[in-house]
Parts: sequence; C-alpha cells; structure tokens
Amino acid sequence: MKIGILYDMPRWEEKNLIEEGKKLGYQVTTIYSKDFVLFSNEFNIENDVNLFIQRNISHNRALITSFLVEQLGYPVINDHMTLIRCENKIFTTYILAKHNIPTPKTFIAFDKTNAMEYSKKLGYPVVIKPVEGSWGRMVAKADNLDVLYSYLEYQEFSTQKYKDIYYIQEFVNKPNRDIRIFVIGDETPVGIYRVNENNWRTNTALGAKAYPLKIDEELKELALKVKDIIGGFFLGIDIFEDKDRGYLVDEVNGVPEYKNTVRVNNFNISKFLLEKAVEWVKK
Amino acid sequence: MVNLKCPICGGELTVEDDALPGELVEHECGAQLEVVKQNGKLSLRLAEQIGEDWGE
Repeated sequence: MKIGILYDMPRWEEKNLIEEGKKLGYQVTTIYSKDFVLFSNEFNIENDVNLFIQRNISHNRALITSFLVEQLGYPVINDHMTLIRCENKIFTTYILAKHNIPTPKTFIAFDKTNAMEYSKKLGYPVVIKPVEGSWGRMVAKADNLDVLYSYLEYQEFSTQKYKDIYYIQEFVNKPNRDIRIFVIGDETPVGIYRVNENNWRTNTALGAKAYPLKIDEELKELALKVKDIIGGFFLGIDIFEDKDRGYLVDEVNGVPEYKNTVRVNNFNISKFLLEKAVEWVKK
Repeated sequence: MVNLKCPICGGELTVEDDALPGELVEHECGAQLEVVKQNGKLSLRLAEQIGEDWGE
C-alpha cells in the first residue's frame, strides 16, 4: 500500500503520520506543495500512490492540491469539495442549518449599516468572525453597537479575503469549554474538551487546555450526521454546549490538528486514520 | 547531521540528514528558517510568515 502525504509544513501530525505509516508497513511518500508543479496536459505525477492524505496548513494550498490530485484520479482525504464546505464558515453554517443541524444563530451582511441593524435583533453580545480563518484569529466579541462598529471598520480595512462580508453570530453562553470530536470514516473514536479559564475563545492555539472527551450517543450521532452532510473522511467538529438548547455545531475542520487529542487520550489517531483509510480505499 | 548556513546572518547550524522540506528551524540569530531541498541538497531560507489562510 502506497500512501501520499500532501503537506507544506511538517508539524507533529505529519511526522507522526509518516512514522505510523511506515510502522504499518506502508510505503509513505510526501509531496511538499511548494515543490509541486502540474501541467494541465500531463495527467500523471512522479510518485504513484493508492491514496493521498491532505495535510497542508494553508487552506488555499490544501484546497488546490486536493483538487489537482483528484483530477489525476487519486482518492484523497479530504477531497476539495469537503474542504470548500469546511473552510468557509458561511458554507459550513448555512449547509448545516439547512439540514436542521443545531448551530449558533448567525447572519451574514454585506454592508456595515445592515450588520449593525441586524445585530440588535440577534442581541448583544455578538461575535464577529472572519469568513475564513483559524485558531480563533480575529474572532471578536462585541458587547455593544459601538464596539461592533469598530470591529466592522477594522475588518473593512484589513487584508481579509472576505473583508466586506460580515459573519455575525450570537454569543453562546457556554461553559468555559467546547468540544472537539473527530470523525474518522464512519466512527467517532476520540475527542477532547478544550477548556480555557482565561478567554471565552476555547481554541488550543489560544491557550485552552485539552481534556479527554466522554462521547455519548447523542454526540456521536450528531457528529456522524454532520459528516454525512459535509462529506469527507477525517473531520474535527467543534461543538458548543448550550444550557437550554444542548449541542450546537460551531465549526467543522477539514485538515484537523490532533497532537493534543493524542496526548491526553493516549489514542493513536494517525494509526487509526491510516488503517481506516486503507480499508476505505480497498473497497 | 548536515551543516548549513543561515541565509540571514551567515552563521552555521545543523539539521538532520532526513529533514523534510518545509521543516522549521530557528537560528541563534533569531531567524525563523525553513528547510529547502533542491537536487537532493539541503539548504535554508527565511520561513514563510503565518498566512491568513493558515490553520485548521
């Protein structure tokens, strides 16, 4: 079995995938995106593989390299359509909402005045997020109209790709944690609580601590339903716990990081992923 | 181990023989560098800054 890893920066996860793949007896090759060139009339690449695993840290490189290897006829985890649905928060939220998956109340505005007007309807505080972004970067809570106006102005003059599209969400009064649950194939083997005592944003990139997640039946069912809607094979789903409404799906990650999940659960995600991916590709 | 030169200060640093392209190393001068592999030879260049589209 030959596995290809598409990557642009070898983090712990990529190195661990290479190591575990070798331990399983697979031939593991790596494609470094910055060295990857593909002519449109040459539908082959140097290293033939049975399957690619997408691990680019850059969303743009992930999306395009997944797309290109799919055009060459290779299966890839995750495919570019899944990445499109995951990496753009508007797509994720509205696709999930359309399929009756509980999500935080959100609206999209294309104009600052509308953004301010409709935020009153949502009720303060509100949260403004970049349409595309990660690690909690530039996610901000506005306690009132005045603060929101400042954020809208900052966004307008930023270099964000969607700087004139405003993604505004209710502030979910969750405990000091959220849930990250992993879907691998048709299973939900592991997850973490991300607890942040100092910041309402619970990204581990912002200092949240990881603790093992107790996966109940409801959570498992919800995660698998999200996977059926979003697609893909390997997802990291972020879920809030609302006191009154229960689980609310916040985001879905198409190239999830999992170093902390492995550490606190003592669960080998790379091995599990590789074995399930090989089963899948053999079918 | 391979001995390489920091492209910023010219100082020396070593990386593993099997270092992957894109791997990050920090030189004592403070430069964040990434490994480049061309024609089988390793070298270093200034690392790419965190992009807006980076992350999970």
